[in-house]
Amino acid sequence: MPPRVVLVTGVSRYLGSRLAGVLQADPSIERVVGVDTVPPRPELKALLGRTTFVRADIRNPLIAKVIAQNAVDTVVHMNVIATPLGAGGRTAMKEINVIGTMQLLAACQKAPSMRKLVVKSTTAVYGSSPRDPALFPESFEPRSLPKSGYAKDAVEVEGYVRGFGRRRPDVELSLLRFTNFIGPEIDTPLTRYFSLPVVPTVLGFDPRIQLCHEADGIEVLRRATLESHPGIFNVGGPGVLLLSQALRRLGRPSFPVPSPAVTLVAGLFRRAGLVDFSPEQMRYLSHGRVADVHRLQASFGWVPRPTGEAFADFAASRPGARVLSPEAAALVEERLLHLLVGRRPTDLDRESSSPEPAGAPRA
Amino acid sequence: MGKVIPLGGRDTGPEAVAAAAAAAGEVAASARRTSRDQRARTSAEAAEREAAAAEGPEWERKLAGGLAFLRRRITGEYEVDDFGFDPDLAEHVLMPPLRPLYEKWFRVETRGLENVPDTGGALLVANHSGTIPLDAVMTTLALHDHHPAQRHLRMLGADLVFTLPLVAPLARKAGNTLACNPDAERLLSSGELVGVWPEGFKGIGKPFRERYKLQRFGRGGFVSAALRTGVPIIPCSIVGAEEIYPIVGNAKALSRLLGLPYAPITPFFPLLGPVGLIPLPSKWIIEFGEPIETAPLGAAAADDPMLVFNLTDQIRETIQSTLYTLLMQRRSIFF
Repeated sequence: MPPRVVLVTGVSRYLGSRLAGVLQADPSIERVVGVDTVPPRPELKALLGRTTFVRADIRNPLIAKVIAQNAVDTVVHMNVIATPLGAGGRTAMKEINVIGTMQLLAACQKAPSMRKLVVKSTTAVYGSSPRDPALFPESFEPRSLPKSGYAKDAVEVEGYVRGFGRRRPDVELSLLRFTNFIGPEIDTPLTRYFSLPVVPTVLGFDPRIQLCHEADGIEVLRRATLESHPGIFNVGGPGVLLLSQALRRLGRPSFPVPSPAVTLVAGLFRRAGLVDFSPEQMRYLSHGRVADVHRLQASFGWVPRPTGEAFADFAASRPGARVLSPEAAALVEERLLHLLVGRRPTDLDRESSSPEPAGAPRA
Repeated sequence: MGKVIPLGGRDTGPEAVAAAAAAAGEVAASARRTSRDQRARTSAEAAEREAAAAEGPEWERKLAGGLAFLRRRITGEYEVDDFGFDPDLAEHVLMPPLRPLYEKWFRVETRGLENVPDTGGALLVANHSGTIPLDAVMTTLALHDHHPAQRHLRMLGADLVFTLPLVAPLARKAGNTLACNPDAERLLSSGELVGVWPEGFKGIGKPFRERYKLQRFGRGGFVSAALRTGVPIIPCSIVGAEEIYPIVGNAKALSRLLGLPYAPITPFFPLLGPVGLIPLPSKWIIEFGEPIETAPLGAAAADDPMLVFNLTDQIRETIQSTLYTLLMQRRSIFF
């Protein structure tokens, strides 16, 4: 049964606002109610269209009234946030994430109109360790749960969601574990990390990273809301990039930091307000994390674009501090070859101008 | 594509591209302006290799190939698979420095390569020895250089390998992954050749007086992975690796301090300092035995502990008896 009244939490943030915009454009949905602690920025007004904004701090029980009054039948919970710097410190972040979720779920439990709950979670719940398998299926139980930060909040949120699922078995539950988002517009700890002029990496480690394009993330959420996909799903682009490879494609210099100094450097960056590096993220930058997205493909019949493509889109939007572009590198290669080998200029001209297929004989 | 034959005996780094991606510069110029499809580029390069095979002196082609390789690395235009395997790096950087070791120092002789299938998943089980896993590395080279299908061996390594900095990313880029059932099954079901050395640290760190006596093969997890995916198991016997660093003692206190499974003492190390790190030039023989088909046994057999134990024992016996046969045939340790 398609949804009629949808409640979206975290509507003032990038993903929430985009999802609300997409949902309100769908004529089969009667009403879209957006909830957040701060009102959305004025420039999002056009995008949000007929979405009703309710400024309700989901940490207090007001949310129950909102759900009851609007007879909400679908809730998309996207208010589990990852950036303490933005939300007024770690305490506020934890409150919004955990207590906010508890209040929301309590409200959903009481509401007889509830039919479906979609929760935006993260693959950070799997942790990052060298002793883990290469790809994480949804059934994977990490040996040690994350102990701090966003990942720990996400684990607690998932716990509460499971509890809700047991108490209201009539509500269809979709838990989406997203890998890191990337894209030209979204602002996440990882995009800020990639935007640093010189990127610190952990010496001796080269993690595998898997990315989900921002537009694909919204598409998955839309499908989960409109269609019926109960269960837990890893969401991310197939394919993997090594961190060193990603930095090279981005054209950014990196400086490796030996592991003992990592916490020091991370602290410096955090205090300077540049990027937030929790221990969980430092582990991620040492060992990486790749999730298996087969279940998503099987159920939704669709996967986000590959990691490499998503990253290329991001890289194209940040031409800024490229140390060496692919075109420049190619040019250097040609000139160097010419210099060392003394090939005739005609060869170089033919090379650079004609897109000759393979098999063209060399003169 | 054959072995790298170094010009003038020197063969290092990116210069030693086997086919020099012959006119890679030429193809790269056109490919750069088309889409980012790596596969199109490498197949175009491969076709170009044949076309330009006889053109220009070898060093010129190698230089072109080397520069193209450097450019690809600097701009990040290479692909890695889900496990982090980087075939570009493995073939052009990781393998070439090991070839002189393979061909001149250890003079590795391979037998039974026809027992390794050309395509499809298979599990290679071998004995482990030699203090450092050089035997695993040499087996990889043997399969890449001398098997007609030039198969990449994906090895399952101990936890320790993936916790060490510098070693961990290199191990992943060479195609290896953690020795755990999910990864083994994933690799096998995607048709990869997987190598496992079940003796583990007990095998590789055993004292010289116990050479060629196979240690316990663990719980047979690798066998159940093969049973579940229905791939053949190929027993492999490696002779010669025991003698490269003969372990005569173990500094237990030091190994505990460093968190290592053992701190080996050989007649030459640490006595002779860094010189003691040079492996002894024993003659190696790697023999691949007859494959044991697991498909007829069915996937459910993986949950039958007796069957798994029996199969593990069978493999262990095969490898042990092959080792003894090869040792009897071997003329001496070094020749």
